[in-house]
Parts: sequence; structure tokens; C-alpha cells
Amino acid sequence: MTEIREYNAERTGSQPSNDWPAYTSTIKRHPQREPVALRQTLTEITGPTFTSGWAGPDLVDLTKQHKGEPLGERMILAGRVLDEDGRPVPNTLVEIWQANAAGRYCHPNDQHAAPLDPNFTGRGQMVTNAKGEYRFLSIIPGAYPWRNTFNAWRAQHVHFSVFGPAFATRIITQMYFPGDPLLEFDPIYNSVPDEAARKRLISRYDPNLSEAEWALGYRFDVVLRGRHATPAGL
Amino acid sequence: MSAKLIPTGTQTAGPYLHIGLTRPEWADLTDAGKAKGDKIVLEGRVIDGDGTPLPDAIVEIWQANAAGKYEHPDDVQDKPLDPHFRGFGRSCTDKDGIYRFTTVKPGAVPGRGNTLQAPHIAVSIAARGLLHHLFTRVYFAGDSLNPSDPVLSSIDDPALQKTLVAESKGKANGAAVWHFDIVLQGKGETVFFDF
Ligand SMILES: [Fe+3]
Repeated sequence: MTEIREYNAERTGSQPSNDWPAYTSTIKRHPQREPVALRQTLTEITGPTFTSGWAGPDLVDLTKQHKGEPLGERMILAGRVLDEDGRPVPNTLVEIWQANAAGRYCHPNDQHAAPLDPNFTGRGQMVTNAKGEYRFLSIIPGAYPWRNTFNAWRAQHVHFSVFGPAFATRIITQMYFPGDPLLEFDPIYNSVPDEAARKRLISRYDPNLSEAEWALGYRFDVVLRGRHATPAGL
Repeated sequence: MSAKLIPTGTQTAGPYLHIGLTRPEWADLTDAGKAKGDKIVLEGRVIDGDGTPLPDAIVEIWQANAAGKYEHPDDVQDKPLDPHFRGFGRSCTDKDGIYRFTTVKPGAVPGRGNTLQAPHIAVSIAARGLLHHLFTRVYFAGDSLNPSDPVLSSIDDPALQKTLVAESKGKANGAAVWHFDIVLQGKGETVFFDF
């Protein structure tokens, strides 16, 4: 008999609902039936591990992927992947992507009339260390317009993909910047119901992480679902 | 339970997910054919509420190897690991909304209690327009273990159950081809799971 030590259910208010018409792309894409509750099995409590390096080398310096330096304000982006109990999540893959300083993505579908930067792709990846830490050097992404509603602008953000220890802990999210006036109007940011949970998506300016004459420092911790202390009764 | 920290909320992967997540090599889970077991192709479309395929979705899969063992420390079953099989795959849909994996048919794995789960593959779907990724499962039509699978058999409506079962489409290059569409909304909407 296999013992199943489950991951916590998602905490009420911490996660957005896909039925969120303020973000118009959800209208034709959200399921209409409630999801079926599934008791976690070996399938859900396991997931890809990254210890053997198969995800490829870390790409932590997004300013050194081309001949020259990208334009924009240099930013050190660092933080930890933790579980709800504050325990670090080591050896897990963090992938990030972002717009350039002008708010343009290096992507064929982004036709926003802002300049591309030949020195910036906006992709990074890193497997967390034993303390669950990650660290990237990048530039601060610009805000960009989108056609959700008339004259809508996305708040400045960096996209994050994080695995964690199990298929159940996988998340894709976005990190925002403190004091951004666009946050109040951004329906994606505001899709997280609970205010404290929403604010968890905002990074923190950290003067101790900034490097003098060189780069601003922002900290962003990603918190994944925690885990029951004991195997579940069957 | 006294969890201290609020979990990070999910956000959409957005329309430019390819910058960060494109990994064409992750669509082949067999290490170029070296993995043990019966080779299969798992493919299908991701479709919205208008029946329009999504050209900007990402499909990820997680499965046991042919012996029914997950490459993960929490799988303590006395079954062999396969050095050529990791069990994780990722495929971004193409302009026609098609995702495709080359993998092996997973073995049966234990369920809760003393149950046995039929061969299945766990799936997660993310895309522009999805604020939270979706979880579903793929089973294989005609598998003798399907009727006793605890998850599949918990779904009473046969029409809903059918949305979790891939259809056999014959063979291509020595691999059995399995077709599995993921319908996000409306007619034929796939059963999604919450766990
Ligand atoms: Fe974006």
C-alpha cells in the first residue's frame, strides 16, 4: 500500500478564478463546469525533478545574451521558492520571461509600436540552490498597451514559471513592481481575490540587494502549496 | 494546520509564453527512442468555447515509466527506473492548436488504499485567457484496467468520462497514435480536476 502525504488544498482567496470577464480572453477559454475534486494519488504528489541538470544550464544574466548591453535600468531580481510553512524548495526549475525596457516582447506576435532591443531576448532560467534561492540580472521591463479594453495598459511585470516538488505544486505567475500606478487598473493582477494574496505578487525594492553604480535590487519570493505533516488516512 | 505564508496566486502565461517556455526537445520523452516500453504518440488539439483551436497554449504531461514507476523520491515502489525516461514533457500548440508528444505507454500505478490505477498521463494546460492552469488526465481507450480505475470510475456520466479517454488512431512509424482533444469550454468540455 502506498502512503500518500498530500499537498494542502489551495487556500481560499489566494488563487484567481478562470471565470473573470474583466480579462476578456477568459470569456471563451474558461471551463463552465466546476472541476472534479480528485484525492491526490502518487501521480499528483510526484513531478519532475531537476537535480540531474537535464533542464540545461542556468541562464541568469539576461543582459549578456547578445553582443551589446540592452537598454534600460539594470535590475537584480532575486528571491526564494518556499512552501507555505516557509521551508525552502531546493532544486526546482524557475523560468522567467519579460518585455524589454520599452515594453516590447521579442516575439513575432507583439506588434506594439515600441522599439525592439537587439540586445535583449528576455528569457531566463535557473534551478534553485539548496536554500531555495534564485537570482537573475535583467533590466526593468516597460509597461505595455494591450487590447483588453480601450486604452488598457499592463502593469510592469515579469512572467514566472515554477515547478516545486510535485505536479500539484506547479504554478505560472507574474511578478509586479512596487508603486506601479497601473496595478489598480490591471484586471490580471486584480483577479487574485484576497488583497494580501494579491500583494504577494508585488516584488520588494531591496537596497541591500541593489549594487552601487550598477543595478537596482528587487526581491520576490514564490510560495508554493505546503504539505500535510502525516500521510492521509485512506 | 498552521501554514505561515500565503501561497503565490497564479497568473496567465499570456500570449508571449513561447519566449520563456519553448522547449521543442521536451516533446519527446523517449530520449530519442531509447526508453523502454511501447512507443506512443499522444496528440490532439486545445479548443476554446467557439470550437477554435488555441495557437498559444502550453500542454505539459507527467507520467510513470513503462513499469509503472515515477522518477521521483516519493515513489518508493520496488519497480525499475528507466535511465532514458524522465516522465515529463512539454509541447506548445502550433498554429492549428495541435500539441504532440512522443512517449511510452505508462504502466499501471497504485491508487489510494489498495487500488490500482489504469495507465494514465497527468496533464496541465496553460494559455493566454487562463488565469490558472487546468489539470486533466489522459486514459487509453480499451485498456482492461479502465473500468476499475478509481478516478475514471468516479465519474458517473459516460459522456464526461469519455472526455478523459484518448482514442486509438492506428500506428505511425512504429508508434501507436493516441488522439486526445482538450476542450476548454462548452460542447464536449473536458473534465478538469482540482486537487
Ligand atoms: Fe506579459
